[in-house]
Amino acid sequence: MIASDPAIPAFDKQDGQSDEARVEAAMRSFVSEFGVTTALHLESCVRCGLCAEACHFYVTTGDAKYTPVYKLEPFRRAYFREASPFAPLVRALGLVKKPGIVDLEQWQELIYDSCTMCGRCTLICPMGIDIAELVKEARHGMFKAGLLPDRLALMDRTARQWGSTATPGEDLPDILAEAGRSYGVDIPCDLDSADILVTAASAELSEHTKALADAAKILNRIGVKWTMHQGGFDASNIGFNNGDMELQERLTRALIDTAVRIGAKTVILPECGHAYGAARWEAAKWYGQALPVRIIHMTEFLDELIASGRIRVNRIGETATFHDPCQIVRRGGLEAAARRVLAALGFELIELKDHGVTGYCCGGGGGVVSNQRATTLRHKVFEMKQQQIEATGAKRFVTSCGQCRITFEMGARHAHWDKPTESLLELVADNLAG
Amino acid sequence: MDLLTFARGPALVVSLAVFVLGSLWHLAGVLLRPRMPDLSPARQGAPEKWLGALRAVKHGLWPRKEFGQAALGSTINGYVFHIGLALVFFGYAPHIAFIRRVIGLSWPALPDLVMYLAAGASIVSLLLALGSRLLNPVLGKISNLDDIITWAIVILPILTGMAVVAEPSAAVLSRDRVIYPVPLAIHLLTLELLLIWFPFGKLMHAFLFVFSRGATGLRFSHRGVEV
Repeated sequence: MIASDPAIPAFDKQDGQSDEARVEAAMRSFVSEFGVTTALHLESCVRCGLCAEACHFYVTTGDAKYTPVYKLEPFRRAYFREASPFAPLVRALGLVKKPGIVDLEQWQELIYDSCTMCGRCTLICPMGIDIAELVKEARHGMFKAGLLPDRLALMDRTARQWGSTATPGEDLPDILAEAGRSYGVDIPCDLDSADILVTAASAELSEHTKALADAAKILNRIGVKWTMHQGGFDASNIGFNNGDMELQERLTRALIDTAVRIGAKTVILPECGHAYGAARWEAAKWYGQALPVRIIHMTEFLDELIASGRIRVNRIGETATFHDPCQIVRRGGLEAAARRVLAALGFELIELKDHGVTGYCCGGGGGVVSNQRATTLRHKVFEMKQQQIEATGAKRFVTSCGQCRITFEMGARHAHWDKPTESLLELVADNLAG
Repeated sequence: MDLLTFARGPALVVSLAVFVLGSLWHLAGVLLRPRMPDLSPARQGAPEKWLGALRAVKHGLWPRKEFGQAALGSTINGYVFHIGLALVFFGYAPHIAFIRRVIGLSWPALPDLVMYLAAGASIVSLLLALGSRLLNPVLGKISNLDDIITWAIVILPILTGMAVVAEPSAAVLSRDRVIYPVPLAIHLLTLELLLIWFPFGKLMHAFLFVFSRGATGLRFSHRGVEV
């Protein structure tokens, strides 16, 4: 059994499939993933084990089971049995064991609880293997097999019903009106036409509603026609994290189709890492062609507004350190944008020991923040991040992803740490000049 | 047919055929798999695709400084092994003579002393790699039979080659007959075993690493990230 705490079941099961059906569903899905890049990455591993040294879960626990490439074992076996160039030989000679239900059940913890799909391991791999992407592909099979953590399955069902894990679309006008009243700003909703469609992260529709008002404050300042819309409002895309491709496509299409319907040329994504991964880099895959709209992350948007002089910000003039969200920086390419915004705010940036593309994950990405089974692991990663943050001596701690922020807030509560995690968007909105 | 004639004749032909055809089959089987075009717009300022791929291949040559000690040991050991093996294979005078007989190409040899040191360094690095694989819990978790078979198949030609070396290469080449036919045949057969195993195990990384790194370079340079 893989679970470190025998009191906690290592796996959950959804729906009523037989074990055989689960295995077959997983295998069918795995096999459908084996395109050229996946095959290259599964083939070229020399099992050097360096990926462990880059993984926050291995580094903070020292447990070899968290070695990133080990998390792919059932997926790897499926490849060599079913799709590798010598697959018939492999099967005939029984060289690689077919993954069974016990394997899939046991690996659920490694695929969902202890991988944030942060991709730090790719940077240390001498073969350049994109393990995070492979884990994401393995999750597709696990989802088809009905083998994902119950908490994520619950969120999946909610998102399938509501288009969001936070709220049904019909409640959006009330949420926006309430946030607008609370923070004294007008938040347009469901306009028939607009130039910009603004989207939210799930957390912003519940506990971080100030982010909605902050975005509105900035957009209203620059005088563009923009709106949020019931048709497509939650960009977090739980399907991307869970491995539910059908949901991922539905949520993606909701954003793009809504933007097209109202004539928007731009979709602004919230401060959410996986929203960026799902929409900026994968939306076109689901759309089947180049997108008719530009998709832009809030950090990019702020950077462009400041650079073009459309907004000006007051200089805060304090020291700050910055957590680089993995999907936005390491897997998204926005390392410099956040730093330019921090510089405009007059922060003296003191970098974390590990920062930029090699920064450590917050420990909550890839749905791990929502997975209560992974709480102990998350806290271990938090300890490391806390040490790195404190070592900078910086007065303020900033990030540009709501999920990272929630992960840090949960960790801080557990550790009785009083340093707030601040949002880049919030800092810009609170310090708009003129 | 004596053992040396067998090793220099049919065994060599068969092993080379398996190596070439097997490697081509392996490469084709991977590279001809379906590919999904990336339809997302590239980050402004992203390099040309080929350049992004090439940079990733280059960056993979040495670990990032941020990973420091963690990656340094195994990287250095890997380089010692690969360079040592390349020097021995391509620089030892009798090997060059062998290659000239097979394909007609030759080049100047390196001094014997360099060869002995290179072979010794390769053996030490292989022993260190094996020790690490057997003792390191991470490697214990991820290793499989391929790792052990490949290790054995790689060290055998080096060990059997060392066993054949009894005099300077100039003396070996000056004679028109082989004075240790059986040890030499065994040495050749271990090389042929390596050639036969090559397409089926992890040795294929010798070809695949370029494509693997390049594919990641393509994906990430498109996003404005240098990997």
